[in-house]
Amino acid sequence: MTDSLHLTTADGTDVALEVAGVGSRSYAFIVDWHIRILFVLAWLAVMLLAFGTGNSDSLFGWLRLDAARRAYLLLLPPALVYFLYHPVLEVLMHGRTPGKRLAGVRIVTTDGRTPGLGPLLIRNLLRLVDCLPVFYLVGLSVALATSRHVRIGDLAAGTLLVHEYKVSTESLQTAARLVLSRSLLPEDQALLLDLLERWGSLRREVRIDLGSRFLAKVGEAVPQDQVPGRGQGRPSPATLDKALLARLSELAGREPHRT
Amino acid sequence: MDPSRHAIERWLQTRTRHWQSLEQKLQGQLDRPAESTEELMALVDGLRGIARDLSLAREVMPGNRIVAYLEQLYVRAHEVVHRPARRPGQDLKKIFTIDGPRIAREMRGTILATSALFLGCVLIGWLLVEVHPELAALFASAEMIDQTQQGTLWTEGLLNILPSSVLAIGIIANNLTVTFFAFALGTFFGLGTLYIISLNGLMLGGVFAFTGHYGLDGRLLDFILPHGVVELSVICLAGAAGVRLGEALMRPGSRTRVEAFQTAVSRAGTLLLVAAPFLVGAGLIEGYISPDPTYSRGGRLVIGLGYGLVFWLVVSGLAFRSRSGVDFALRLERSRGWCFSILIKQLTANKR
Repeated sequence: MTDSLHLTTADGTDVALEVAGVGSRSYAFIVDWHIRILFVLAWLAVMLLAFGTGNSDSLFGWLRLDAARRAYLLLLPPALVYFLYHPVLEVLMHGRTPGKRLAGVRIVTTDGRTPGLGPLLIRNLLRLVDCLPVFYLVGLSVALATSRHVRIGDLAAGTLLVHEYKVSTESLQTAARLVLSRSLLPEDQALLLDLLERWGSLRREVRIDLGSRFLAKVGEAVPQDQVPGRGQGRPSPATLDKALLARLSELAGREPHRT
Repeated sequence: MDPSRHAIERWLQTRTRHWQSLEQKLQGQLDRPAESTEELMALVDGLRGIARDLSLAREVMPGNRIVAYLEQLYVRAHEVVHRPARRPGQDLKKIFTIDGPRIAREMRGTILATSALFLGCVLIGWLLVEVHPELAALFASAEMIDQTQQGTLWTEGLLNILPSSVLAIGIIANNLTVTFFAFALGTFFGLGTLYIISLNGLMLGGVFAFTGHYGLDGRLLDFILPHGVVELSVICLAGAAGVRLGEALMRPGSRTRVEAFQTAVSRAGTLLLVAAPFLVGAGLIEGYISPDPTYSRGGRLVIGLGYGLVFWLVVSGLAFRSRSGVDFALRLERSRGWCFSILIKQLTANKR
């Protein structure tokens, strides 16, 4: 069961936001870390091209920068990007960074709002503690031990990470159709939607396994008994994959090619 | 067709368009205020509609993805409609003129205790190296010791090695790092902060005693004078802030530890926001003035004490007392009341 942040708004409406776990948190951080590293490498490459030899015939040789100034020009922008990446982007993107966006999570306060400048600065300032002694060991340990999976910076700032689902128009329509068909239980409907949305990103054997298990769960026949070729040996994985997708899409009431 | 199913189908068909339209209206709304009363009222209507739809969806399709979608949309719309007015300039002014000085006054005892600890450690460091000169290696690098033994300070000739601008950037970065660490390490029940403050005090005292053996302590004092007052004051303030974090964790009082910790971080962070910018000035002074031999001791003293005075006047709130303090708070409240009355007038006019 997933952990949720339960909120009651001033007008009495109860809502629940799904709290992101250590996995989503780490995934987002690793993506952001790679973005920063790529920037640093790109900057170093540009600087090497520009000032590589240090001679006046190099690209920016006419600037006649001494060694100390060149060193600062080389190191300062990467250092600024490294240290300001999270606070600046989290403020500009309302609690998100490119990594968080990719991981489908965002920062909210404990009352579900987008955090302001103060909490975002505090949670980033306390990275100094969370990253100790190496590889965010303190932060990860605290996130594993706390019920809302927060690091010390989040505890201090009163923030946490929640999942942010992007629901496409098609998913919304499919969900509506599923409700109307009433042939599946609500949890099976959610499972089917998830499976169809992730279908393209899964490996074929995983798709076949999950698709077959889902159909067995809801009491539907697995298409391998129905696809052409029965009696002439097992159908090929490609044929089975196609037939499974067609059956699942039929259950969801959508066109197979659109998944 | 079953009439109830038909009703749900119609409801879903019509409302889906509304949800997506509201989603579009919410785009970028957190960055700017609503441009017109109509736009604002459309958002309020959208929020009410989503609340109704959410309630119905929970009833007819519990556990469905549409419910989760509507909950998220509701949270977003609710935040946009109920967000407080944004006044970044006024808020920043309030932090510097009201909040920061108030917190500094409340933390006076802790600031004094941390400063006393720092000065005590300076004295201990000085005594240690004075009695056992070989302990200087604990506080100074081999290069610093070599240079001092040859009769020159490591700070002399700094400008021949690095230009002032480059030197200042490095110093500012280093001072900010020490300050933030002194604050953040308070999370370890204050022990990390006490370590940073004690270590810095011991180093300062030890280095003074060591340079004193070679008659260079006066020159070291000359170097430290222009920037030292503010630099050391900020470190002591950050230390006091860190100690408060530790105290909140050890003695949370009637609140939970997490609540006490959050309050302490928020208050101490506000104070740090007022104090830390002064490190930029201190870094510039340390890069441009401190290593420059053309400045006399008197001039250095005036710069150091003058900048220190400005710092403490701002932190204590005395710099704003004549026109602000309570006066500023009142003016702020009045301006808020004025904005509110304009909004009421506009809404009433629209109703008519």
